[in-house]
This record gives sequence, C-alpha cells and structure tokens, in this order.
Amino acid sequence: MVLLVTMTLAAIWTVMGRSLLKATIGLAVTSAVLSIIIFRLGSPLAAVFELSVCTGLITVVFVSTISLTKPLTHKDITEMSRKRHKRFIYLPVILALTAFLIIRSGAPKGLIMSMGESVHNVAEVLWDMRQLDMFGQVILIIAGALGVVVLFAEGKNGAK
Amino acid sequence: MMPSLLILIPLFVIMAINLPKHTGRRLAFYLALTLFAAQMVLAVFHQKFFVTSEAAGIDRFFRVDLSIDYLGVAALVCMGLVSMSSLFVSRYMPLDEPERFKFTNLLVIMSIGMCGIVMARDIFSLYVFLEITAITSFILIAFKKDIYGLEGAFKYLMLSAIATIFMLLSIAAILLVSKDTSFVSISEALKTSAGQPVIIAAIAVFLCGLFIKGGIFPFHGWLPDAYASSPAPVSVLLAGIVTKVAGVYTIIRVTMLFGSTAALNNVLLSLGALSVLVGAFAALGQDNFKRMLAYSSISQVGYIVLGIGAGTPLGIFAAIFHFFNHAMFKSLLFVNGAALEKETGTVSMSKMGGLSQAMPVTGWTSVVGMLSAAGIPPLAGFWSKLLIIVALWQAGRYAYAGIAVFAGVVTLGYLLTMQRKVFFGKLAAGMDGVKEAGFGIVMPSIILASIVVLTGLLFPFLLQSFAIPIKEMLTH
Amino acid sequence: MAPSNPSELLYIFGSFTILLLVAGFYCLVVTRSFLRAVIAIELLIKAVTLFFIAVGYITGKPALTQALVITVIVVEVVVVVIAGGIAISVFRKNDSLDITLLNKMKG
Repeated sequence: MVLLVTMTLAAIWTVMGRSLLKATIGLAVTSAVLSIIIFRLGSPLAAVFELSVCTGLITVVFVSTISLTKPLTHKDITEMSRKRHKRFIYLPVILALTAFLIIRSGAPKGLIMSMGESVHNVAEVLWDMRQLDMFGQVILIIAGALGVVVLFAEGKNGAK
Repeated sequence: MMPSLLILIPLFVIMAINLPKHTGRRLAFYLALTLFAAQMVLAVFHQKFFVTSEAAGIDRFFRVDLSIDYLGVAALVCMGLVSMSSLFVSRYMPLDEPERFKFTNLLVIMSIGMCGIVMARDIFSLYVFLEITAITSFILIAFKKDIYGLEGAFKYLMLSAIATIFMLLSIAAILLVSKDTSFVSISEALKTSAGQPVIIAAIAVFLCGLFIKGGIFPFHGWLPDAYASSPAPVSVLLAGIVTKVAGVYTIIRVTMLFGSTAALNNVLLSLGALSVLVGAFAALGQDNFKRMLAYSSISQVGYIVLGIGAGTPLGIFAAIFHFFNHAMFKSLLFVNGAALEKETGTVSMSKMGGLSQAMPVTGWTSVVGMLSAAGIPPLAGFWSKLLIIVALWQAGRYAYAGIAVFAGVVTLGYLLTMQRKVFFGKLAAGMDGVKEAGFGIVMPSIILASIVVLTGLLFPFLLQSFAIPIKEMLTH
Repeated sequence: MAPSNPSELLYIFGSFTILLLVAGFYCLVVTRSFLRAVIAIELLIKAVTLFFIAVGYITGKPALTQALVITVIVVEVVVVVIAGGIAISVFRKNDSLDITLLNKMKG
C-alpha cells in the first residue's frame, strides 16, 4: 500500500519535473518502485524485466536522445517553466478530485471473477502456450532495427 | 499448418533478401512480388492446402493459434493485391536503390503483421500484431524524413499509443473474468458475465482503441495528415489496407466475439454515420489531392461501420464487400495520385487541369475508381453501398439509411469535382510537358480498375459463393 | 496487511491505476515538448502494467500476466526507440522539439 502511494508520488514528480532530465529520472524511479510492487505481487520474472528494461534501457535511450537533441535555449526554458507552473498546478487538484470520486463510488460489486485453476509453476512453461507472441516479439525487434536504420541514418537532408 | 506459413514465409523472405549481399537486393522486388501473389493464392485455396492433422510438419515445432475463415480470405486477398500495387509504385517513385530495399523489407514485415491480425484467434496476439503493423507504419510514413512525413508519423504515433493503452486496459479487465486471452475462452466467459459494468466498460474502451486505429470519427485526427504526408507507395498501402485491416477488420472480429448487442450497434451506427458525413463534407473543400482522398477514406470506412452496425448477416456481408471494394478503388485512386504527383510534380488540384489528353490511362482508370467510390452501377461500389443501405433499411434503421444515401450524393459531388479539375477541361498552365506515367505504374492502375469492373459485373455470382458461407459463419 | 478480499484488492489497484492514468493523460495533453509526451506515454503504459499484474495476482494467474507484461515491455521499448528516432529527425529539421510548431498541415 505504501509502495503504491510512493509510485503515485514518483509519477507526479515525473509529470511536474522542471527539466527533461528530471522527468526522465522521475520515470526511472517510478519504474523501480513499480518493479518492487510487481515482485511483491508474485511475478518475479516480470519484475526483473521491468527493472532492467524500463529503469535501465529506456532511461538510457531517453538520455541519449536528449543529448542528441539539444533542448531549448535558457531563455525559453525559464519562460516555459514559469508558464508550466501555472499549467501543472492543476495536476494535484485533478488527482485529488479523481481520488475523491473513486472513494465516493465505492468498490465494484458483484463481479464474478474466474480464478485460475492450476497455477503454472514458472512463466517458462507458459511460453509454450504463447509462442505466437514470441514470434511477434522477434518480428517487432526486427522492425525496430529497421526503423533505427531508416530514421537514424544521416541521409541526404532535404536535398529534394 | 498452412496459416502459420503465411507468417513464416515472409520471415524467410526477409532473411533471404537481407543475407546475401548483392543478389538479395536485386531479387528483393521480385521475391516480394511472388510472396504477395503466393499469399493470395494460398488464401483463396486454403482449404485444399490445409493439412488438418495436428502433428503435421511445422505444427509440431510451432504451435500457434491461427486460423483462416472467409472473412480472413477477403482480407488476405486485398492485402496481396494492394501490397503488390504498392511495390510497383515504389519502384516508380524517385527512390534510390538502398531506400527501395529498406522499403521492401518494411513492407514484408508489415504484411507479417497484417497476416497475423487476420489470422489471430487470441485477443492479445491480435494486439501484438497490431503493434507490429503500427510500428512499421510509423517508419514508413516518416520514410522520407521530410517535415510533413515526420509530422504525420508523430501524430499517428501519439494516437496509436493511446489506442494501445485503451486496448491493453481492456484486455486486463477481460482477464478478470476469462480463463485466458483466446477468443474461445473470452466468448465463454462473456456468456455469464456480459452485463457487468466493468466488462461493459472494458468492451467500450477496447472499441475506442480500435476506432482510433481505424480512423473513425471522432478519432480520425491523424488520418488526413498521415495519408497526405506519406510517400506515394505508403499512401497506397495505408489507404488500401492498413487502416482497414487494423481498424475495421478488427471491429468485425470483435463484434463477432463480444456479441452484437443493441447498445453496441447503436454506437457503431452513430459513429459510422458521423464519419460518413464528416469525411464527405471535409473532402469537398480540399485542394490537396491526397488529403481529399484521405477524408474520402474516413467517409467510406464510416460506410463499412454502418454495415456492421446494422447487425444483420446481410449488413456484415455488405460491410466485408465494401471493405474489399474500398481496398480496390481507393488504392486505384492513390496509385493514380502517385502517377499525377510524379508527372506533374504537384498534388494541388487547382494547379492541374485538362490532363486527360496527356495521361489517358490514368484518366480513365481514375474515372473507374471514382465511379465505384460514388456508387454508380454497374461498378462494384454500387453493389456494396446498395447492400449496406438495404441492410440498414431491413434492420429498421431508416434514418441511417437516409444518411447513407445522402452522403453518397456528396461523395459523387466531390469526386466529380476532382475529375473535372484534374482531368477534363483545358490544359492548365505549366502542364505542357506532362506525359503518361510509365508502364510500372500504369499496370497496377489497369489491374485494379479491371478488378473493380469485374467485381461489379460478376456480383451475382459472388453473392452466392461468398454470402452463404459468411451467413453460416455468423449465425452459429 | 492488505485486505484479502479480491473485490477490495481490485478496487485498490484499480483506483491507483486510474490515478496514474489521469496523471499520464494530463501530462500528455499539457506538454509542449515531444520528449515529455513520450514520457507521458511511458507513464501510461506503466499504469497499464500495474493493472495487468494486479489482475494476475487477484485472479491467481500470475504466470499468464507475466508473459503478457513481458511482451508489452518489448513493445514499449520498440515504440520508445522509434519515437526517439522521429524526435531526432524532427530536431534535425526544425532545430527544436516544440510540438506547437508541428502544425504545418492545414485542413
């Protein structure tokens, strides 16, 4: 429960972070807390994935993208951050409102849920059942690689 | 075994064209062409090729949950034809060799994605292949890296990500009541718990995700930008199949899965009607050729959704038929657009004029495409639109039928305007040196136009051989 | 510590998911920088991941949801990489990542 609140706070920090780097770090922190939550909810494999990929890999991608695209000049930044505080101040308000509405409506009643029968021991066994997804992931990665080749290549810039 | 082939063979094709350094590149175009042709053949004759024993060959190694039914056949055939046309257009547009090679690679991967969508029998796998298709679309839209293409890709990416969120949320909620994510388990689970608010919310949210993907009002914001700014062969692909398979085909599947309730139908009907109207009216005021066709696509997809919303087997058959027809005539019009763009160097219709003497084949094929889109007999578009209107009438939705008829008139209006502006009349200034487009692009136009004409003429036979199986498929 | 009634659990996790979603959507709508929009989308995906795992825990099928979540993470990575690619290309053309400048297409 505490963890959930921490995660929400980290998320708010990410949204309201003043610079892009702070937002990225906020995202990494959110991922870390999320992976702890996942672990406690009995999905260790997913927790490891989330930790290594989201906290690690994606942060690296973001930081390198940020470094490759020099952000706005300092004047722009100060100007934008002043306006931003006016805009983002609404966020905690909206969140509080949402929380209030949720508490008002109460728990969903009468949902008959299907409980899993035999819990498969390890997710490894499950890959037997989801081979199509594995195939899809392979294709995704190939497509991503092609995308990198197409998009990152310093081709003939706007020569036409 | 056979359905798996449709996603495995393209993978081998990719490896075959990427590994050998030089021969691969030269072969790429022809291999891809044969791939799509083979895909169509396999789809149409799938029952002859289908080996039903479980342990046969590939199945032992690669147990997946794929199958093809008649709906899938229609989609696969469309995909094959449009992909081939797109390949021809890509050969023709000014791209140099390494670029064309990357394009072919991406095209084959996209076709893996779409075959997966068509054949998936599990809602999460459907999502995975939807993502594959979407990602290849982003890359293809941004292919030329001009600012317009990047903007179109960016908008599509944002909206597609939102669609992802919707669909995933919905799948998670459905998992609460269903044993796992396959269609079979879900329909069983829905029998008992269909009425609960959480489930209804999940279904609605999933449909919203699909509406985004299909460019249906009010989520159509990305469509005109993406269609207009992408390079010509990519526009052919997007308009002809991607939006439709990713959006409309999935809506048909999901409607069959979730059950065709009255509330669902009402939503489909109202959104479909709005798309039809918004698309048609927006297309009237366009000057950019491609943007006009993009709004027209929104309108036609609205027709398909109207057909689904009618809720009767006739309605769904009409929707599928219109799906097929739209793939044909819209791709045809976009191929013509590519020819125009290449030869005249512009996409602005007000700058063109009187091109029918200079580009006779393009002119005549675009007339065929236009007439089919507007629903003029005896072309195919007439039959599918008529069927949709009849289905709506039979289902008691008189108002919607009226809207469909009215929008048909508007469609005719903007298409005629296009024809008049671009092809007829005097030869406009600056259009002097324009000659007919090369063989490579004229051939797909002719092929597509002939298909449109033939489908229209042979319609009574098609009705018999396709409608009955689809009816059976829907009423069990 | 946590209530073990599945309905209660769903309620708790569901409400946190909704809070996270609201935060993410808010960020997405309000932001001006492209990269911040991508971060917002990432946040949204994390909210969905949380919901998935929660559903798995509640209904006693942690293995299935793990498999699905892993696939979603792979998708997430590829999308982020592509978005980064588009961002870099936009930056090279426009020299800035301001979204409001990306409204060149009219009609």
